[in-house]
Amino acid sequence: MGQGNGTSHIDVRYVADLARLELTDEEVEKFQGELESVLTYVDTLSRLDLSDIEPTAHANPQANVWREDGASESMCRDDVIRNAPDSAEGKYIRVPPIIEE
Amino acid sequence: MEYEAVIGLEVHLQVRTASKIFCSCANRFGEEPNTLVCPVCLGYPGVLPAVNKQAITKTIAAGMMCNCEIAGYSKFDRKNYFYPDMPKNYQISQYDLPLCQNGSVRIEGVGFSGDEIPRRHIGVRRIHLEEDVAKSIHVGSYSVIDFNRAGVPLMEIVSEPDMTSPDEAHAYLTELKQMMHYADISDCDMEKGQMRCDVNVSVRAVDNPGFGTKVEIKNLNSFRAVHRALSYEIERQKELLEESAAVEQETRRWNDEEGVTTLMRTKEEAHDYRYFPEPDLMPLQISADMREEIRRNLPESPASRRERFVQEYAITAYDAQVLTGEKALADFFEEAAAASSAPKRVANVIMTEFLGWLGDQGKTVRESPVGPEAIRELVSLVENETISMKIAKDVFSEMMETGKAPGDIVEEKGLQQVTDQSVIESYLQQVVQENPSVVDDYKSGKEKALKYLVGQVMKLSQGKANPQQVNDRLRDMLSQ
Repeated sequence: MGQGNGTSHIDVRYVADLARLELTDEEVEKFQGELESVLTYVDTLSRLDLSDIEPTAHANPQANVWREDGASESMCRDDVIRNAPDSAEGKYIRVPPIIEE
Repeated sequence: MEYEAVIGLEVHLQVRTASKIFCSCANRFGEEPNTLVCPVCLGYPGVLPAVNKQAITKTIAAGMMCNCEIAGYSKFDRKNYFYPDMPKNYQISQYDLPLCQNGSVRIEGVGFSGDEIPRRHIGVRRIHLEEDVAKSIHVGSYSVIDFNRAGVPLMEIVSEPDMTSPDEAHAYLTELKQMMHYADISDCDMEKGQMRCDVNVSVRAVDNPGFGTKVEIKNLNSFRAVHRALSYEIERQKELLEESAAVEQETRRWNDEEGVTTLMRTKEEAHDYRYFPEPDLMPLQISADMREEIRRNLPESPASRRERFVQEYAITAYDAQVLTGEKALADFFEEAAAASSAPKRVANVIMTEFLGWLGDQGKTVRESPVGPEAIRELVSLVENETISMKIAKDVFSEMMETGKAPGDIVEEKGLQQVTDQSVIESYLQQVVQENPSVVDDYKSGKEKALKYLVGQVMKLSQGKANPQQVNDRLRDMLSQ
């Protein structure tokens, strides 16, 4: 993923941009090194024969943890509004202008 | 040069459930803003989603209606992006293991333009389940958010780029909506945002094996808008190609008032959503038993019902298309027709009189004051010649207004057809005597004159004479 330069595993600037993080040049260098070593460690896996191993999305061997469909009480709107950074008309959460997609 | 359009549709459909997909807030439209919300659907820190089984069951049912392969193993993933309608900064969706894949939707019949659509199967690439996002309203210098919609179960149905005309796209959407209604999966009300549709369209020269440049159209708020926008866009792209100008890859917005598409944005920024498996939700294992149970509860598809109606009730393909448009109507017709000796006539009464009346009154089939047995009885009164077609229309109006059984109305008002030979004979005598010049006209070869005389007899009998009988007797009498 990302636009790495071929030899590295990660482009820290690109990933930071996706995560809306602003990094100084020093931070970029620091994290580039740290994340690089983490990802290099993951490379260890590719030295193993994993052809008989099923891919797993979860470490926990459970599946179908679901609930039956049924509605119950929601939150009181005054609390919702109180928790929001800003509100409008006492019923909406107010945010900076969204440029229409 | 001959051109051909290549159309693909991406449809979002809200699943009808009692509660939202990951929390137990009610899934309801039209409530006061931000009253159907909780820490989960507001995306507060530290909360955990709990998936609604019914949303999964209905998505699988949708896949089965579309002839999809149902995944044995499926999971949810996080789709990461920043937007105020999704305060967690990720949407729980499905990435590489959707619940349903590789299906198809059959289209056929009379298209929106009125032209016949040859039967075709439109591929369904995948159907996945995700959470709907909040609704944002743009006020001007700021925006406001209503989270009632956030967390409503939402299916994304992606077609293959298999459609070649606005009619086919319209038919695909119509069929999809019908199937979802039949199986009680979604209400599909576009005005309520329960069904949303994005269109991709490109145009290529027929002898060119490659694809043209794809344009995406947004802001399509009705099937009609989809049809119009596609017609407009295909013409626009053709004209560009005729002038050897390039079609830009861009997103365009449909303007329904002016009937044009306008540029929204050109260069698609390459989205990188950094999907990864949702760690807060366990994967799904859809067992053969579960699939079997869902399949057992599926209704007959609209397509197979259309076919069956044509075979069993000897009605036309067009009649069947109209009568299966809505499940409630198809049920109504079938109940009326199944025990009737004249199903074709039942179809006619339902399609013209019944639907006409409902349309005038702005009522749905379910709100009809009479049941299917009333239509069947009315038709049988005509069939056994108790009343004429003309009287049947009056009885129909009366029964729709009062809800009374047609037989009772005929009885009460004495509307039985007069078949008594001597009574009819006396009417005939009277009309012939009163209209000597018309009689002469007929005798001198004016066929139309006979119609007039039959009309006079019918009038005299207050519509209760049998018109065929009158016609035949009159012809006999005047030829002597």
